Amino acid sequence: MSIRRVVAGLPLIMAGLLALPLSTHAGDAPQVAKGKGDACVEPTDVIRKNHMDLLKHQRDDTLRRGIRTKKHSLNECLECHVQPDESGKVARIDSPKHFCSTCHTYAAVKLDCFECHSDLPKSMNKSAYKHKLTPDNKHHASMQSAPVSRQMLDAIANGEAK
Amino acid sequence: MSINNQADQSRRKFLGNSAAVVAGVTIAPGILLHTPAQARSLDQAASSKQRWGILIDTNQCDSGCDKCVTACQTENGWGKNETKSNSEQQAQWIRKVELKDPNTGHQQSLPVMCQHCENPPCVDVCPTGASMKRDDGIVLVDKHICIGCRYCMMACPYKARSFIHEELKGQATVAPRGKGTVESCTMCVQRVDAGGSPACVEACPGKNGKAMVFGDLNDANSEIAKRLKQYGGKQIRADLGLNPSVRYQGI
Repeated sequence: MSIRRVVAGLPLIMAGLLALPLSTHAGDAPQVAKGKGDACVEPTDVIRKNHMDLLKHQRDDTLRRGIRTKKHSLNECLECHVQPDESGKVARIDSPKHFCSTCHTYAAVKLDCFECHSDLPKSMNKSAYKHKLTPDNKHHASMQSAPVSRQMLDAIANGEAK
Repeated sequence: MSINNQADQSRRKFLGNSAAVVAGVTIAPGILLHTPAQARSLDQAASSKQRWGILIDTNQCDSGCDKCVTACQTENGWGKNETKSNSEQQAQWIRKVELKDPNTGHQQSLPVMCQHCENPPCVDVCPTGASMKRDDGIVLVDKHICIGCRYCMMACPYKARSFIHEELKGQATVAPRGKGTVESCTMCVQRVDAGGSPACVEACPGKNGKAMVFGDLNDANSEIAKRLKQYGGKQIRADLGLNPSVRYQGI
């Protein structure tokens, strides 16, 4: 094989190498849950690129100044995008089917909003949190009513609470 | 100072009257040009014209009653999802305190929560600016920038703040809470912004009438200001000069 033929074939090989990762990626693209409404509050390319800035701006306005407009509110994202699927199940944040974690899992970007915020929209988050009761977990027994006094706190600490 | 206050009052009255006139103008029957007073519009920031406060009448507060505490838990979702923390560690936004005068045996019961100081020491000591006071006097923790150092807990003379020691699930939408941050009574800021009153005040049955009144300390016509004017009210640890927004009668 002459050197000329190799050089002539190089662009072809390069093109093939470049196309390889692109073609494999196309199939794995995240399937984002569709929203309830007709359109997002911003164009798709804007919201994809800048949603974190919009949310951050809104969070400071809301918490520090008491401005509670709904356009860029985290809860409104959830209200529209976190909906039950055909079987009536709602994906929670630890599942890649949850609207936020779909892309965040794909892009491997850690998301810590939901360490504090509820991952369910307000309209679905009315029921109080219930955890599993086990013989070891007598938490409910000691917390039937909140510890209202120092005495009660001490009683709970000493295991004397009913 | 008093001259300035009077000037403000008359200005406020004038604005209030003109607002009432405007509110009365209708486009069509049943449609008002302006929403009724109290509730701010969503895009309006909290303003220093208001200073929200709570007045607690200890004579009306029943020692066996903890309705304010449970109402706070239901509203803000604390007190049930910390399963690994011990009772010393668990969050306590509002607690009932029993007082007994050793000389007379006289007993009193009263709720104590964040006192929403005008000069909050928790804000002074916060190294990140997370501990903050809103323009309308409500003291909050911005958990987005709280690093969990707990200086504010040490600075608070009312033991009003709690630290979250474990990962939480099932938080209320209105009150995000999470591991590694400090939290306290928010005076139910989500309700106040919507024109309502805190859950504890709403739930309080009192003995013969409510033991808790919520309102604007700056508004001379509000019930809280009228009661304070007529009967007075005490601040807990007034000697510290923090000027809390929560006042007590009967202690």
